[in-house]
Parts: sequence; C-alpha cells; structure tokens
Amino acid sequence: MTTQPAVDAQGLVKRFGAVTALAGVDLRVPAGEVLALVGPNGAGKTTAVRILATLLPPDGGHARITGLDVVRQAPAVRRVIGLSGQYAAVDAYLTGRENLTMIGRLSGLRRSAARRRAGDLLELFGLGAAADRQSRTYSGGTRRRLDVAASLVARPAVLFLDEPTTGLDPRGRLDLWRLIGELAAQGTTVLFSTQYLTEADRYADRVVLLDRGLVLAAGTPAQLKAAVGGDRLELRPRPGDDARPLAAAMAGLGPAPPSVDPGAGLVVVPVADGPDVLPEVAARLAAAGLRIAGLTLRRPSLDDVFLDLTGAPVAPYPADAGSAS
Amino acid sequence: MTSTVADTVTVTGRNLRRLVRVPTLLAFATAQPVLFVLLFTYAWGGAVHPPGVDRYIDYALPGIWVLAIAFGASQTGVALADDLATGMIDRFRALPAARAAVLAGRVAADAVRNAFVLALMTAVASAIGFRFHAGAVAALAALGLALTVGVAFSWVFALLGLLVRDAEAAGIGGLLAVVPLVFTSSTFVPIATFPGWLEAFARVNPITVTVDALRVLCLGGPAAVPVGQALAWLGGLLAVAVPAAVGRYRRATTA
Repeated sequence: MTTQPAVDAQGLVKRFGAVTALAGVDLRVPAGEVLALVGPNGAGKTTAVRILATLLPPDGGHARITGLDVVRQAPAVRRVIGLSGQYAAVDAYLTGRENLTMIGRLSGLRRSAARRRAGDLLELFGLGAAADRQSRTYSGGTRRRLDVAASLVARPAVLFLDEPTTGLDPRGRLDLWRLIGELAAQGTTVLFSTQYLTEADRYADRVVLLDRGLVLAAGTPAQLKAAVGGDRLELRPRPGDDARPLAAAMAGLGPAPPSVDPGAGLVVVPVADGPDVLPEVAARLAAAGLRIAGLTLRRPSLDDVFLDLTGAPVAPYPADAGSAS
Repeated sequence: MTSTVADTVTVTGRNLRRLVRVPTLLAFATAQPVLFVLLFTYAWGGAVHPPGVDRYIDYALPGIWVLAIAFGASQTGVALADDLATGMIDRFRALPAARAAVLAGRVAADAVRNAFVLALMTAVASAIGFRFHAGAVAALAALGLALTVGVAFSWVFALLGLLVRDAEAAGIGGLLAVVPLVFTSSTFVPIATFPGWLEAFARVNPITVTVDALRVLCLGGPAAVPVGQALAWLGGLLAVAVPAAVGRYRRATTA
C-alpha cells in the first residue's frame, strides 16, 4: 500500500487537432508528497491535470491514481480525488454553504454529514461571515477560497489544484499555502500547477518543469538548482545605461555566458564560486570603464533552472502551443 | 440507482434555487407566459375564427402552452451551456456523482418550472374565458401531455447546449428552432389556411401533432389517434436526444 504512488502517469499524450498539448509526459507522485507542475502558458499543465482528474481521456499513455486507472476506473478515481480547476467553479446564485453542501451530497455524503462538513470547511477557510451570502457577491479571492474548499469536501486522498493562487491577494496566497501544508502533513497528496517558480520552490517537495508538452526536468528544488550549479552574479547597470556592454565585459567569467534579463534590467552571470570572482569583476569593470548601480551574489533559483533549460525565462513565453508537434 | 435519484434530486434543487434567484429566469417563468396568453387572445382572437370553437382562447391555449414550454425548454440548453462555460460541469464530472444526474436534474427542474408555467397560464386563461370541454380526466391528460412535451424538448435543447457550449448561442439556436416550428404548425391558426406546400410540412410538423392532441383533450373528440401520434413523436425524440445528450456530456469539455 505504502509503496504504491498516489499519481503514476506514463507517456501521456494529448492532441487537440494539430496542436500537441502533451507529447509524452511521465509524472510520479508518492503518497503524501506535494508536487508542483511548473511551466508557462501552453506548457500542458491544465491538460495534464484534466487527464489525471478523469475529465479528459489521453490519446496515448496511461495514468493511475492510487492504483486506479483514470480511464477504465474513472468512477473509482473520482472517489479519491479533489479538483480545483483553473477558474473558480462555484454556483454564483447559491450561498457558500449551499455550494459546499451540494458538493458533499454529490460526493455521497448524507444530508446531515454534508451540512456538517460544509460548516467545518467554511470555518477552516475563514468564510464564516460570507457563508450565507450568494457567492456572486464574493470578491475574486473569496470565490477562489470557496472553490478550493469545495475540492476538499470529500476529504480526497489526492488533491489537484490548477493554478490555485490565481486571483488571490498575498494574504490569501499565504493562507492557502498554509492550509495545503497542513493537508500534506496529514497525508494528502497534492499536485498543483503554477506559473510561478517561487511558489514551487517554497511549497513543493518536488518540481516538474513542463514546457511545450514535455517534461524538461524533475526533482526536488534543491536537486534542480544543484544541476544548474554555482552562484548567480547579478549586475545592475546605472539608470539609462545599456546592459549589453556590461554583459560583454563579463564574457568568459563563468562556465556559461552572461545573459541579460530585460524585465529586471539585470546582467546575470553564472559563476562557479561567487566570492572568488569578485576581484576579477572589479578589474574588468575598471578596464572597460564601466560603472554599475548594484551587484548581488545569490544561489541559483528555479527561474535560473528554467532559463538554463529553455534559453528563455518562464514569463515571456507565447501563450500558444502551436509550435509543439 | 438510488444514488442516481438522490444526485438528480440534489441537482434539481440547485437549479430550482437558481430559478427563483435569477431575475431573468423568473421573468421567463412568469411574465412571458402570461403575456403570451393575453397577447395572442386579444391581438389575434378577433381575426381568427377556427371552425367548431366559440372562443379563440379555447382553440389557442393548447398552442400557447406549447409555445411557452418550447421557449422554456430552450432555457435548458442555455443553462447547460452556461454551466460548461463557468466550469461547473467540470466540477460535477470530477465528482463521483451519477453521470446522468446533472442533465436529469436540469430537465427535472425545468419540468417543475413548466408545471408552474402551465398552471399560471391556465389560471390566467380561465379568468378571461377559457374552459376545458372534455372533462377532468381529459384536462389532466392534456396537462400531463404538455409536461411531457416540455421534457422531450428539454432533452433536445440539452443536447444543443452541450454542442454549442455557449449560452448566448444556445439561446439564439433555441429561438431559431422554436419560432419557425411553432408558426408553421396548427398552434395559432388551422393549417388548412396555409399554402399547399406549407400545409404539407405543417401536417408532419411535430408541433402540429402535439398541439392537435392537446386540443382534442381540451375541446373533446376522438383522442386515441392524435394522442398516440403525439406520444410516438415525443418517444422518438426522447429515444434519440437522451442518449445523445448523455453521451455528449461524458465527453463535454469547457470551450
């Protein structure tokens, strides 16, 4: 029992017409683990979650949830999973309490049990004050919390959360992650998708990087960062200065060429040992007659891993997946 | 099986709650049918004199029932398309609930709404002169047949809503289906007044068949053949639409 993974997907393929959303994806989540599925828009995150949650049959490969096949044993799979989709799917004209009670009834709870569970979850999610208002009066964040609460009604062994922090304010995000941490501590397996590597870094036991329907890398955040290796030296040009001469001056300093992060306006230089190269950095700046506004030395982030593997940062990726085939 | 019934009841309850809380739905269920009764009676009643009836409303009410019920049934498709677009169908489909419950609960709620609509229209019509002429049993049979018409149409529109996946398109599609079928039938005028080619179509139009059966039950006359034909039509519609809609629902994906 304990050796059986909560999620075990092999070679998942899904095509929508000419677009290949998943091109052979393996996912394995041991019971009780929190796995982050990270990638830009169009990477295939939602498609993967929908297949695992029995909403979409794969065109190739197969997937098991707690040993149950998502296609052939779909009704049984639905008894062990909870799903919070990409958009908060709660009935706008029902109150929070009515929404949760309805989900409880449809999950097989008796009327009294469904009511009790709804009350407990409203309490747990801090929705007590809004419980008896129609959910169309809720703010986006409150709706989202109700949606996540709805996915927990049947105490699922495996919880799927598709971009759960979308639309939440910072406080809401922290509350949600605290709750997910508590669920995981109690043994719930959690698979969440996100565009934000910082969320994966902070809250996931393991991370799967997905891009254009393929797994780029998988491992613990520490493993992934170690694979990139070394430190990151960030140089900030003075306001108005071009970053490119700065990047050119640092060429050959580390094992990989410097890159310019246009969003942050930084020159990022991968270096084997940060403190060791500082005198060399100062010498090169002086020789080139360049001045800088700031300098930071840090350990690699998951963003660096993604950048390293794809040659592009996560955020500016185009939304379409049409080029993957 | 018991869980299918319980799940259907749960979904029906959800839809009935929406019905009384969404202003446009409430207007569809109350103001529109009453307007139909009053408008057709007073605007057309003076001009149309079908043979064999003293008052136009006695002739027209069975047809107005079908018009209101058909419009009401088109809301089944609108609501399902809306549920698809908002992700509610995804949520339901990821639950261990019975597969047919979401559709059956939708149709059942619309049948409850139709029962209310029929009672309201009949009450208003009675106040302005309508009478059943064939006795209480035939009157109840007429109302029962009208409800069955609503259920059959609801399943057809459920299929339409799941196919178009957009609430607005489902609404327009419903209108485009209902209006020509109703007005090329015996709903408001005897089809003998149509040009020959239209009369030929009107004769086989399922709306004509069902309205004629309802009319016989309201006005009196030999009922077995027209009611049998109407039931055959409705049975045929259900036999096609129910499996098609359930099959579509199982594969339904958010657009």
